[in-house]
Amino acid sequence: MGKVLMKGNEAIGSAAIRAGCRYFFGYPITPQNEVPEYMSRHLPEVGGVFVQAESEIAAINMVYGAAGAGGRVMTSSSSPGIALKQEGISYLAGARLPCVIVNVMRGGPGLGGIQPAQSDYFQATRGGGNGDYRIIVEAPSTLQEAVDLMQESFDLADRYRIPVMLLCDGMIGQMMEPVELREADRRPPVEKPWATVGTGGKRKPNIITSLYLNPAELEELNLLLAAQYREITERETRVESIGLEGARVVVAAYGTTARIVREAVDLCTAKGIPVGLIRPITLWPYPYAEFDKIGKDCLGVLCVEMSMGQMLDDVKIAANGRWPVHFYGRTGGVVPDPRDIAREIEVIAGRRPV
Amino acid sequence: MKVIYDKSPGLTDSALHYCPGCTHGIIHKLIAEALVDLDVLGSAIGVAPVGCSVFAYQYFNCDMQEAAHGRAPAVATGIKRVHPEAAVFTYQGDGDLAAIGTAEVVHAAVRGEKITTIFVNNAIYGMTGGQMAPTTLVGQKATTAPFGRTEALHGKPLRVSELLATVDGAKFVERVSLHDPAHVRRAGRAIREAFECQIRGEGFSFVEVLSTCPTNWGLTPAEALHWLEENMIPYYSLGKFRTPEGGSKND
Repeated sequence: MGKVLMKGNEAIGSAAIRAGCRYFFGYPITPQNEVPEYMSRHLPEVGGVFVQAESEIAAINMVYGAAGAGGRVMTSSSSPGIALKQEGISYLAGARLPCVIVNVMRGGPGLGGIQPAQSDYFQATRGGGNGDYRIIVEAPSTLQEAVDLMQESFDLADRYRIPVMLLCDGMIGQMMEPVELREADRRPPVEKPWATVGTGGKRKPNIITSLYLNPAELEELNLLLAAQYREITERETRVESIGLEGARVVVAAYGTTARIVREAVDLCTAKGIPVGLIRPITLWPYPYAEFDKIGKDCLGVLCVEMSMGQMLDDVKIAANGRWPVHFYGRTGGVVPDPRDIAREIEVIAGRRPV
Repeated sequence: MKVIYDKSPGLTDSALHYCPGCTHGIIHKLIAEALVDLDVLGSAIGVAPVGCSVFAYQYFNCDMQEAAHGRAPAVATGIKRVHPEAAVFTYQGDGDLAAIGTAEVVHAAVRGEKITTIFVNNAIYGMTGGQMAPTTLVGQKATTAPFGRTEALHGKPLRVSELLATVDGAKFVERVSLHDPAHVRRAGRAIREAFECQIRGEGFSFVEVLSTCPTNWGLTPAEALHWLEENMIPYYSLGKFRTPEGGSKND
């Protein structure tokens, strides 16, 4: 199949249906509205179900019910809406239910704005809900990558019985660009013997719950989750990196920002400055080990985000004092200019006065 | 020997954790009997609330999901949309359904979601220790209304059956009581009719069950049943508020 010109949110919806998603529960919020709009039109064509819920809270709880019933299910929203879903995400994690949640981020805090931002990194990777849990967070940098990651997101969710978040920004959601809706690699289908499908009078009831009043049982759940998180960290961490060995400066960025950083890297390369790039594809698990590949000539690491510095915490953990860590960010819906990022790199490389 | 009474196969062998004299056990039994009588126990999927009946999933002998506080109708929506042939029900108290979960139950009804909601109204928050509920009567004392609920401060209690009767998608709405054996039998019939409404695919079905909370009301079980009859029924009138045939058959 050749490339087609699509808007990001519609491409995400299309990829989800191709990945086997058959249930979608959502609520309108800008800039993700084309996802539910697409699903409402196209899910019925494949025998799927779209329900517009009365709130983001109801939508995520419909996801919980459908996931517990064994359905391949998704919801999407944008930052303030994702904030409302956090209770449900905690319950999904506690009950070990697979689902995909798309966040097309906009600026905050509060009602914020509707322009692209990356200010929900903490919310996504540190857990906005209560309890000791993690969810897998994937951050596509292009529309093609968003589409390609969708099959993997559903497969990971099923394999580990865990919610997976596709963390996009408004730029990816709203931008139109050519994408190829190609066959993605699929993992083998996973049986769901735990799902509530009716006992048929043939087995003991299946129970979906996150309630454990016995402290020993609740600790057991948390130990099980922790072991699983270790396995996910070992097996499913994904990152792209370029030119780390000889780099004078290494830039860490994800999503749309990483795409802009590539231009800044080109500008610096043209001026003879070797610049490396670390682009985490999974934000949790975070590719800390990738930083170990940075060569001895590195003068500093620059973290660039559309926020006031959230992934910065992980970059500092990864750097662990080995290099000075610098930050450049634009926020509130302002998208960084590659020339400004290049200037920051030049300063760190000693080519410009501070 | 002839068996004249037996525990319903719709219930598990787990011992109920409810307080002495609490009516949750009766309602569990009525639901279990309805599921067995209608031959849908094997396809039944229930949703438990947050509140006294949070452990309902241990008692019903069918697949169960535990919902977040108030969200049972949304969870049930997700389940029913995946398994349209299943008999899906929610079991919710008055704090769960009439306060934090008001939006979810109203909109499940608006969508005509083909689920059955059993609403246990005992006019108080039981599990958390007797706080005022949206259904607490004016003058009734609660730990957060120590001098009794006043209309000036908290308004009058919410009549959920009457509210849902205004929603077209709600095809069966009835309020019943458990204060004597005749009314228990009538409650059983209502629950069965509600499930029949769901099985026929007619829309949302809802049974409000007036219940007692002897522990938090500070009454003996017998006094509590009497208090229910004397105080709750005058405000929460019994009867069918909506039936699939249309109209209200309020008695």
